[in-house]
Amino acid sequence: MDISLSQVEYRYQANTPFERIAIQDVSIDIPTGTYLALIGHTGSGKSTVLQHLNALLVPTEGTVKIGEHEIKSHQKNKNLREVRQKVGIVFQFPEHQLFEETVEKDIIFGPMNFGVSEKEAKARAREALKQVGLGEEILEKSPFDLSGGQMRRVAIAGVLAMNPDVLVLDEPTAGLDPRGRNEIMEMFYTLHKKRNLSTILVTHSMEDAAKYADQIVIMQRGRVMKKGTPTEIFSSPSELVKMGLDVPEVVRFQMKLEQKLSVKLDKVYLSIEELSSAVAELLGRGVRT
Amino acid sequence: MTKKPIISLNDVCFQYDGQDNYALHSVTFDIYEGEWLAIVGHNGSGKSTMAKLLNGLQFPNQGKITVCGLPLTEENVWDIRKQLGMVFQNPDNQFVGTTVEDDVAFGLENMGIPREEMVLRVQDSLKKVKMEQFLYQEPHHLSGGQKQRVAIAGVLALSPSIIILDEATSMLDPRGREEVLEVVRDLKNENRLTVISITHDLEEAAKADRIIVMNKGEVYREGTPEEIFSMDEELIKLGLDIPFSVKIGKAFRQKGIDLPKHYLTEEELVTELWTSHSHK
Repeated sequence: MDISLSQVEYRYQANTPFERIAIQDVSIDIPTGTYLALIGHTGSGKSTVLQHLNALLVPTEGTVKIGEHEIKSHQKNKNLREVRQKVGIVFQFPEHQLFEETVEKDIIFGPMNFGVSEKEAKARAREALKQVGLGEEILEKSPFDLSGGQMRRVAIAGVLAMNPDVLVLDEPTAGLDPRGRNEIMEMFYTLHKKRNLSTILVTHSMEDAAKYADQIVIMQRGRVMKKGTPTEIFSSPSELVKMGLDVPEVVRFQMKLEQKLSVKLDKVYLSIEELSSAVAELLGRGVRT
Repeated sequence: MTKKPIISLNDVCFQYDGQDNYALHSVTFDIYEGEWLAIVGHNGSGKSTMAKLLNGLQFPNQGKITVCGLPLTEENVWDIRKQLGMVFQNPDNQFVGTTVEDDVAFGLENMGIPREEMVLRVQDSLKKVKMEQFLYQEPHHLSGGQKQRVAIAGVLALSPSIIILDEATSMLDPRGREEVLEVVRDLKNENRLTVISITHDLEEAAKADRIIVMNKGEVYREGTPEEIFSMDEELIKLGLDIPFSVKIGKAFRQKGIDLPKHYLTEEELVTELWTSHSHK
């Protein structure tokens, strides 16, 4: 499902003394199958953008297109239900939203709420659990008896059981240990490829953005500061550093090394493998300093 | 620095009600006065249970914990908590006051500190975490990192000798994380605080004096950051990670660049490459 935002503005508490512009002039195209990473400081407007992706917020100016649906200000926006069924959002710390007595009931709540039969919803619950790497034996357990990592997976399964076309992930791995982080990110990536989803990842991790995304959008003070492929975005790392943003560890290391050795490598490398080869070659030739 | 234990755990076991496995099993180690100890381990390795035992939110089923010379028992727990301040993971769950000032004063009020002294202590602690300009701000105006610094000020106001960070930076963005760690580092250097940081941020652990690796409720390994990170693949098998400089150092070695040891910071590694491989 294609999504596009064109010249979107959103003001919180519009027409009151507390009015505040959260985002303005935001235009982003997300064709089907895109993996997009949304990056920026806390308060840069990322979460506001995210809430437009399934019409939790309606823009105060501009247009949001989600599939066939056009969402604009100053008009009655109907059939948002359908949009919300197609766009699954995994919020930050989604395990805080678990509420049912058993894992199964929690996972089937979403699909059934959208009119899926109980039988079908239960089948989806099993499928979704498998996708997040959990066994069926936990279906009858209370979600509150699970470990933090398992709770996170159950909450994600609840979103996957909706069979969304678009997955919006808001810092999905915050608070997990390194292995858990890696497993969850790989799981989303596999799903993204297999189901030809559109995936929008809100993250602070430049590593994840560089590794998984096709497109990166950088937000600053409510505006889109920069967009492009990871290679384009990270090819001028000093610009990002100036904006107070991080760059991937590999890129940061390359910058430090280039400075110390007073050399410039031919390009910016985004993986340890490539950078180490380039450095080995450089040192093998002998650096003149 | 002479090593003087400020906390000792001796054969500590703990099991949650209704669970088959031990959350902690036969854990024995000392924590020394003035050190920065990082306790690392995967989710469910027993790190957070340990934090709860250290300040008496839970008591061991077996074994003994001694804090500042006192055995940790239900009778002593209030005296011990005066020595030991804790900062938890979620910045929003530990803000109790309606303003920054009230929040920091909360613990002091509980202890019945006279008002004049309270005002001074609140100001002093907020200065130490660089939040003195936010005295009358409400919590929702603060960033995550700022909230955690206020939480630390609340702990400092009670002048503890030990501070425990229970994944205190894991919900923060990179900038917030750095703010908090910098504040704690300064405090440790100035006040001879003992810092126990429970974390899975390996870059943070690399800067500790000592690391304890937990696995399945037991102490798996104990050592300096150099010793721990030379475990390499073993750490990854435990669900952990290694710092970036160690990772890329390894890749360099595989590509035939000769490096005599592990480098825990990028600066050290860059300097090594500069001195031994290109300096003419």
